[in-house]
Amino acid sequence: MIPASFDYSRPSSLEEALAVLGDAGEEAKVLAGGQSLLPLLRLRLAYPTTLIDIGRVAELRGIADHGDHVFIGAMTTHHEVVRSPVVNEHCPLVALATATVADRAVRHRGTFGGSLAHADPAGDLPSVALALDMDLVVRSSSGERVIPAADFFVDYLEPALEPGEILVGARVPKLGPGWGFHYEKFHRTAQAWATVGVAAAVRRSNGTVAEARIALTNMGPTPIRAVAVEAAVRGAAADRNGALREAAEQAAEGTDPPGDLHARPDYRAHLSRVLTHRALLAACAV
Amino acid sequence: MPRITVKVDDITYEEDVEPRTLLVHFLRDRLGKTGTPIGCDTSNCGSCTVLMDGRSVKSCSVLAVQADESEIVTIEGLASDGNWHPMQRAFHEEHALQCGYCTPGMILAAIDLLNDDPDPSDEAIRQGLEGNLCRCTGYCNIVRAVRRGAEEMGVTSR
Ligand SMILES: Cc1cc2nc3c(=O)[nH]c(=O)nc-3n(C[C@H](O)[C@H](O)[C@H](O)COP(=O)(O)OP(=O)(O)OC[C@H]3O[C@@H](n4cnc5c(N)ncnc54)[C@H](O)[C@@H]3O)c2cc1C
Ligand code: FES
Ligand code: FES
Repeated sequence: MIPASFDYSRPSSLEEALAVLGDAGEEAKVLAGGQSLLPLLRLRLAYPTTLIDIGRVAELRGIADHGDHVFIGAMTTHHEVVRSPVVNEHCPLVALATATVADRAVRHRGTFGGSLAHADPAGDLPSVALALDMDLVVRSSSGERVIPAADFFVDYLEPALEPGEILVGARVPKLGPGWGFHYEKFHRTAQAWATVGVAAAVRRSNGTVAEARIALTNMGPTPIRAVAVEAAVRGAAADRNGALREAAEQAAEGTDPPGDLHARPDYRAHLSRVLTHRALLAACAV
Repeated sequence: MPRITVKVDDITYEEDVEPRTLLVHFLRDRLGKTGTPIGCDTSNCGSCTVLMDGRSVKSCSVLAVQADESEIVTIEGLASDGNWHPMQRAFHEEHALQCGYCTPGMILAAIDLLNDDPDPSDEAIRQGLEGNLCRCTGYCNIVRAVRRGAEEMGVTSR
């Protein structure tokens, strides 16, 4: 279908984009890669008055190593993230999860920032942002603010962005030696969207789990940390003798999984336990 | 109405477009390049795949205004001097199509894949074409065709 009409503006700097967005009113929308927004417009599920295309704002694009963290610009495409040596070396969980997003053509257009700003609980990057405690950097014409990932995903498709704000990028903390990572995702073959996904970062010491951060994709209206598993797995033997499986049994605690034509809530709860176990094994490299 | 300049299959066009015009409609309805089909309304099938500045995109999921100043290659631009592109020939020879609806997108997605991985394994081909759905062939001949296309493209570029 053809989208309803809208005005279009293509600023070439962040300053200009913020000015246009500020003037355009609450019904304006930022257009990044368009891989979530254009399908919505085409199905007439959204009616923005103006689209502000930030595709040519060079300062929003790119990946930089800042010592204790890596900064990933909002307009960096999934394709660029997957191929970035800096991301692969210092934030492997981001690279692993991004490689599972959609397909090559969508990854060529879709952006890191768009995936976060869209705040889809079925998206892979929101749960990775939560597991890694990323800080999301947001700008408006009145200045900059930093929102921890834990506060960013407010509700279904609802990020903590105010009108007039643009997500500039995210600071991804580098986790030092001893950490292992894995993104485990269950999806239907012809559709990349996660039925359930598990992002896991685990620090091992002396054969046990010293610390684990686990976040779940598509287990509620927002991505969610599996806090019960994180507590249960602390001190567990990092091997295949059952302690990781036992901790993973807590994965569905406190979640509110949706039911749809792909899976019922109880099946998602089951998947979250199985996939969390697999993610822990892989992150522990056992 | 915004005016865009876009090169499609080696010809430069300057056109006024409504912002809501999708690239695939621009190609088909404005330029008459109906070689690029529309297979779904959900960005899932990949039949509308074209190359934009050398990279595969789903042309139903790009606005024509976003393609301003870019270079597009459609299935119609692959043959040169009346000779099919090696990947087109491979699809023909390996019988990699039945109804042919998915074929333009498959061929362009395959060419895009080979840009990154000139000698892909069968598994890499299956992964690399995951955004392109075929309802007829069962994929086996498509994978064979992409292998053959890869071999022939390797030969031609050497
Ligand atoms: C067939 C298909 C399969 C997919 N499969 C997956 C999958 O398996 N996993 C997955 O995670 N995703 C998947 N996606 C979604 C894909 O990852 C999108 O790239 C992503 O969700 C949105 O990024 P975008 O750049 O395209 O954003 P857009 O579509 O341009 O924007 C999305 C929303 O975010 C807002 N926005 C974007 N950028 C900013 C910004 N910088 N500041 C403020 N607001 C902003 C927009 O206003 C809009 O509301 C799929 C998409 C398709 C079409
Ligand atoms: S028509 Fe574009 S993906 Fe199906
Ligand atoms: S040949 Fe018919 S859809 Fe692929």
